[in-house]
Amino acid sequence: MDSQSIALLIAASMNAGTVLAIAGLGLLINERAGIVNLGAEGLMLVAAIAGFATAVHTGSDLLAFAAGAGAGALLAAAFGVLVIWFNTNQYASGLALSLFGAGFSAFVGVGYTQAKLSQRPHFEIPGLAELPFVGPALFKHHPMVYLAIVLALGLAWFLYRSRGGLVLRAIGESPESAHALGYPVRWLRLLAVVVGGALCGVAGAYLSVVYAPLWVEGMVAGKGWIALALTTFATWRPARVLLGAYLFGGVTMLQFHLQGQGVEIASQLLTMLPYLATIVVLVLISRNPTWIRINMPASLGKPFHPGS
Amino acid sequence: MLKLEARPQPSKLMSLASPVLALAITVVIGVLLFALLGKEPARGLQMFFWEPLKSAYALSELALKATPLILIALGLALCFRSNVWNIGAEGQFILGAVFAGGVAMQAGPDTGRWIVAAILLAGVLGGVLWAAVVALLRDRFNANEILVSLMLVYVAEMVLSYLVYGPWKDPQGYNFPQTISFLDATKIPRLFTGLRTNVGLLIALGMVGLFWLFLFRTYAGFQLQVGGLAPQAARYAGFSARRSLWVALLTSGGMAGLAGALEAAGPLGQLTPHVPVGYGFAAIIVAFVGRLHPGGIVFASVLMSMFYIGGELAQSRLGLPKSITGVFQGLLLFSLLACDTLIHYRVRWQASAAQAALAVHGQPTTEKKAA
Repeated sequence: MDSQSIALLIAASMNAGTVLAIAGLGLLINERAGIVNLGAEGLMLVAAIAGFATAVHTGSDLLAFAAGAGAGALLAAAFGVLVIWFNTNQYASGLALSLFGAGFSAFVGVGYTQAKLSQRPHFEIPGLAELPFVGPALFKHHPMVYLAIVLALGLAWFLYRSRGGLVLRAIGESPESAHALGYPVRWLRLLAVVVGGALCGVAGAYLSVVYAPLWVEGMVAGKGWIALALTTFATWRPARVLLGAYLFGGVTMLQFHLQGQGVEIASQLLTMLPYLATIVVLVLISRNPTWIRINMPASLGKPFHPGS
Repeated sequence: MLKLEARPQPSKLMSLASPVLALAITVVIGVLLFALLGKEPARGLQMFFWEPLKSAYALSELALKATPLILIALGLALCFRSNVWNIGAEGQFILGAVFAGGVAMQAGPDTGRWIVAAILLAGVLGGVLWAAVVALLRDRFNANEILVSLMLVYVAEMVLSYLVYGPWKDPQGYNFPQTISFLDATKIPRLFTGLRTNVGLLIALGMVGLFWLFLFRTYAGFQLQVGGLAPQAARYAGFSARRSLWVALLTSGGMAGLAGALEAAGPLGQLTPHVPVGYGFAAIIVAFVGRLHPGGIVFASVLMSMFYIGGELAQSRLGLPKSITGVFQGLLLFSLLACDTLIHYRVRWQASAAQAALAVHGQPTTEKKAA
C-alpha cells in the first residue's frame, strides 16, 4: 500500500466514521441522562429520507441537515414522552421506534429512490490541503467532519467542566438526588433525549445527503445500532466515541480497499466486517463487568418517578 | 392538568383492553393516513380487515403467514419473560432457512419423504446455533445480547447472500441469485389440496399448547420467569440466571430456525436473498401485543399477518408502497406500549398547585421553585 492510498483510506475512514460519531455523541448525551434509545436506527432512517428529500427540493445542505435534525428531534420527543412520563419499557419503546422508522422511511421514500442530487461542492482547507500526505488525509473533508470533532471536544468540556454537564451526569447517575436538589429531572431527561435525537437526525441526513449521496430503503444498515455499541465501547466518553467511530469507519472502508486491491474474498464476507467488528469489540470491552459497571451511568435504563 | 396515578394493583381489565385500544388507535391513524394520501379509507380498511378473511384461499394465505409469526413469537415471549432481549430472531430465522435449504438440496429423485423431518431438524439446529453465539458471548463475556443478536442479523443476511450468489447458485438460473428449486419430496406436506397452508400450522398450534404447559404448568417455566421478574429473588431461591439465559436463547433460536425451515421448504421452495421478510422483527410486536401469552400470540399473529396481506393488497390495488405494513406494525407497538401504561396507572384530572391556590385564595401563590 503506497502512502497515497493510505492517505485516501484515512480520509475515507474519517468520512465514514463521521456518521457514527455524530449519532454516537447524540446517544451518549441520551445515555448520560439515563435513557437508552434503541430507536436510533429507525430515527436515523427517517432523518435520512427527510434530509435527502429536503436536499432534492431545495438544493441546500444546511436545510437538509435542519430537516434531519428536526425529524430526529420529533421522533425522539415522542419516544421520550413515552418512556419518561408514561414509564413504558425503554427497550420495547426504542424497538417500536426502530420498526416504525424502518417502515415509515421506506413508505415516504418510495418516490426518491431514483432521485439524484446535484453535483456536491468540493471542500478543502486552502493551504493545508496541498500538504503532502496529511493534506489529502485530513484537510479535504466536508465541514460536518470537522464539526463532529468540535462536537466531541465541546461535549467533553461540557460534561466535565460545566455546571450543565454536572446536572446532566447527575440525572443519569442519581435522578433522586437531582430531584431533591430541585432540578426538573424529567424535563431535563426529555431535553437530553431530544438533543440526542436531533444529533442522530443530523447523522442520518449526513449519510443520505453527503456520504452516499442517495436514498435507498434501509440504507442506515445497522449504523444506528453500531452507534449504540460505540457508547459502550467508549465507556460513555465523547473523545473515545470519536476515536471509536473512526476505527469503525476504517473497518468499513477496509472492505472496499481490499476489494480494490483485488483480494479474492466474496464481497458479502467483506460486508460482514463492520458487524463482526462490532461484536468483537463488544466482547472485548464487556469482558470485565466491573469496569463497565463503574463507567456506566448508574441509572441507565431505569425509570424514574418523582415522589413515588 | 392530567396526571398519572399509580394503581394499587395492575388492572386485569386494562391488560386485555390495551391491545384492543392500541389496535383502534392504529386503525384511526391508518384511516387518516389513507385519507391524507387521497385513497378511500373504507377500501383500505377492507383490504386489511376483510379481504384476508373472505375466502378459504384467503384464510389459507393468512394462516401461512401467521405460522412463522406464531413460532418465532412463542420463543421470543419465553425470552422476554425471562428478561433476555433476543432481538435477532430474524437472523436465527435466516440461518434456519439456510440449514434447511442445505439439507433440501441433498435430495435426489428417489429420496423418501423422511427428508422433511431432516429438513425441519436442520432448521432448528441452524437457529439454535445462531442463538448459541449470542448466549455464549453474553454468558462468557457479558456482551450485550441486544446488540450482538442484532449484528448477527446482518451477518446472517450476508451468509445467505454469499451462498445464493456464490456456491449455491443454480447453474441453470439465468444468473439469478437463487438456489435450485427444491424437489417435491422435500416440500412440507399441505393440509388441503389447492391451498398452500401446510402442516407447519399444526406444528405451530401444537407448540402453542406446549409453551402454555411449560410456562404455566412446570416448575422449570416458573423458575425462568422469576428470573426475569425478580432477579434477586431468583438468586435467593437458587435459580440459575445462566441457565435461564441459555434456555431462553436456544429455545427462541430453535423456534425461529424451525420457522425458517418451514418457510424455505414450504411456500418458497428455494433460497433467494428475499427469504427474510421481517418475520423476526414483526414477531417482537406479536409477542408484546399477545401479552407474552401463547393464546394471545395466536390472535396477535393473525392480526399481524392481516397487516402483511393488507399491505400487499394495498400495493397491488391502490399503488401504495408495501412498506405501509411496517408503518402499521410500528404504530401498533407504539400505541400498545402507551396504552399499557393504563394497566399500572390511571389518568386523573388534577388541578395544579397554583390553580388550586388560586381557587382558594383568589390570587396566585408566590411559591418559588428551587432553581
